[in-house]
Amino acid sequence: MEQQVRLRPPTNKVDPRAVRYWMTSEALSNGVVAIVLAVLAFLIEPARFWLLLALGVVLVIAIPYIIVMPLWRYRVHRWEVTDDAVYTRTGWLWQEWRIAPMSRIQTVDTARGPLEQAFRLSSVTVTTASAAGPIKIKGLDHELAADLVERLTEVTQANKGDAT
Amino acid sequence: MTTLEEGWRQLHPRTVVVTVLTVAGILAGVAIPIIIGVLDDGDAILPILLIAIAGIVVVSAVAAFVDTMRYRHTTYRVTDERIELRYSWVLHKRRSVPRERVRTVDLTANPLQRVFGLAKVKIGTGQQTRDSGSHLTLDPVDKAVAEELRRLLLHREAAPSVEQTPGELAKLDWRWIRFAPISVTTPILGAAAFGAIMQVSEWFNAQGAVFRLVRYLFEDLSAVGLVGALVVIGVVVGIVGSLGLFVEMWFRYRLTREDGNLLMTRGLLNTRSLTLEQRRLRGVELVEGLGVRMLGAARVDVVATGMSQKSDDDKTDPKTVLPAAPFEVARRVATEVLGSPAATATSLVAHPRAARARRLRWGLFAVAVPVGVLAVLGWLLTTVLLHLAWILAVVLTPVAVLLALEAYRNLGHGLASDHLVTRHGVGARRTVALLRTGVIGWTITRSPFQRRAGLMTIHATTAANKGAYPVYDIDEVDGLRFADEAVPGLLTPFLEPVTPRGEDGLVCDGVDPEGNVFQLRQRDAL
Repeated sequence: MEQQVRLRPPTNKVDPRAVRYWMTSEALSNGVVAIVLAVLAFLIEPARFWLLLALGVVLVIAIPYIIVMPLWRYRVHRWEVTDDAVYTRTGWLWQEWRIAPMSRIQTVDTARGPLEQAFRLSSVTVTTASAAGPIKIKGLDHELAADLVERLTEVTQANKGDAT
Repeated sequence: MTTLEEGWRQLHPRTVVVTVLTVAGILAGVAIPIIIGVLDDGDAILPILLIAIAGIVVVSAVAAFVDTMRYRHTTYRVTDERIELRYSWVLHKRRSVPRERVRTVDLTANPLQRVFGLAKVKIGTGQQTRDSGSHLTLDPVDKAVAEELRRLLLHREAAPSVEQTPGELAKLDWRWIRFAPISVTTPILGAAAFGAIMQVSEWFNAQGAVFRLVRYLFEDLSAVGLVGALVVIGVVVGIVGSLGLFVEMWFRYRLTREDGNLLMTRGLLNTRSLTLEQRRLRGVELVEGLGVRMLGAARVDVVATGMSQKSDDDKTDPKTVLPAAPFEVARRVATEVLGSPAATATSLVAHPRAARARRLRWGLFAVAVPVGVLAVLGWLLTTVLLHLAWILAVVLTPVAVLLALEAYRNLGHGLASDHLVTRHGVGARRTVALLRTGVIGWTITRSPFQRRAGLMTIHATTAANKGAYPVYDIDEVDGLRFADEAVPGLLTPFLEPVTPRGEDGLVCDGVDPEGNVFQLRQRDAL
């Protein structure tokens, strides 16, 4: 009988601060909706019942989501860089594993939004010649991300050819 | 005229004539409906006509001047190492492409350019990026010069590594035109025709007249009959349109091999001559649309790098190298283009039953949603909707089930010596044979439902076309083995053996040939 195999998780977890970052970012985007609904309910008396109902629905869905999704995502999101490949796992309900060999990497960048900066986090984007989109490692400590980019850039610059 | 330095050449001067005629033609086309639109009964037509003509003359003169200056200040040259293009009027531009990186030399000519013996040459490096080093365009040069440039730039001394049949791979067989109307273009063109009539009649302020005419023509018909008649007319227009489109696109179609590169020429009014360097080829895709497949035909697309960006002015898809043709022809062309029969000769493995169950669930869900909505509305409002709901359920359920079974039957994957093959599709069935060395990574996705059913979707990422080719709903263990075998070594370090979990959370990491467990460890808390 042939050996059963499965994908092992990538070795590194993302920074634990990522959980709070995801919670904050979701709380902000959902909070805006909730506040708009609340203000409208306060101002428009005839529609108050329906607006409050909508607000209730938003809160009932958003509050568990804001708490559960980041914790779940933190258990899923993992990354690993070996000498030969970049390997990531992302998502929460829908999950995605991505593998790109070092020899096919074209560019490596870091990006930091204002909120990520507040949590001292960075995301690393690894681009290959495929039009199907880059590999992103989100929620890394920014110093770690800078080191990682430096290492990846060194390796990829040593590559010959156009990585197609 | 400026004197040219050594080796520098100019574009063709007749470009000015072509430009003026094009601009004047477009303006006249725009002016006529406007004139008719603004004209009320009793207005004199002459002054308006004179204004229009004067406008056309002035704008054409400006276009002539601009194009003359562009012509006079644009020069190009081909040296041993590079192709260079210079433009120096008002702003200075210089583009240069190293000759060794040239992958495509595409020639196109619209009807006017053809009358004047001109062609546009687009020289590309086959890179996905749009940065300035990736391509340059000579618009236009003499047709003979264009042909000569193509031959010069794509000629390679190195012998092609794959065994290749030289000469002609395929040429147009007019019997293929019967497949043209059985495609999505027919309904699209039919609908577009109605849209165009409404739009044009609005320009002419004549929409009311169009409606009156329709009512007059179909006076005796009921509302249902009228709709039926209009659908029939739409279908007929669509069929005529798709036949016309086929003739325009595929007239004098020829697919040949020249110096190891693929060369495709085609077109009635707009002629195109497209090249594809063998080095850029990553695979072929056999596309069998539903109607075309029932007639035993298939289309062949190439999977090649540098294809994802459509050129701005060529609306036709350059990746199709054979229009829908009898399967035997498609099989032969796919084999010769790829240099291997992988796309049609590989035996494909069917996917697990769970994949069929998923498709059946999707199909039934797609039926249940509209039926459910109608039923609820019917229960609340009127029994007519209830009847509609059960009729819809009776009619759509078998269709959904058939499509689901069909989608499941179309799933398959397999490995050939140099290629991996994946097939999927409901309606159009797509079979891709992808060069295994052209796979530049894997993306594996799993939904909660797939995790429960033990399935996964594996995308082979590649630098060609849309970037990734999926193997849908493959068994998770088979999928990983398939990917691991297709590109040896890439996935291996990330795989771990799964063995039955023992008691006390102990797992064994391996079993020797006698079946003795030789390593035990505590199972990690996941």
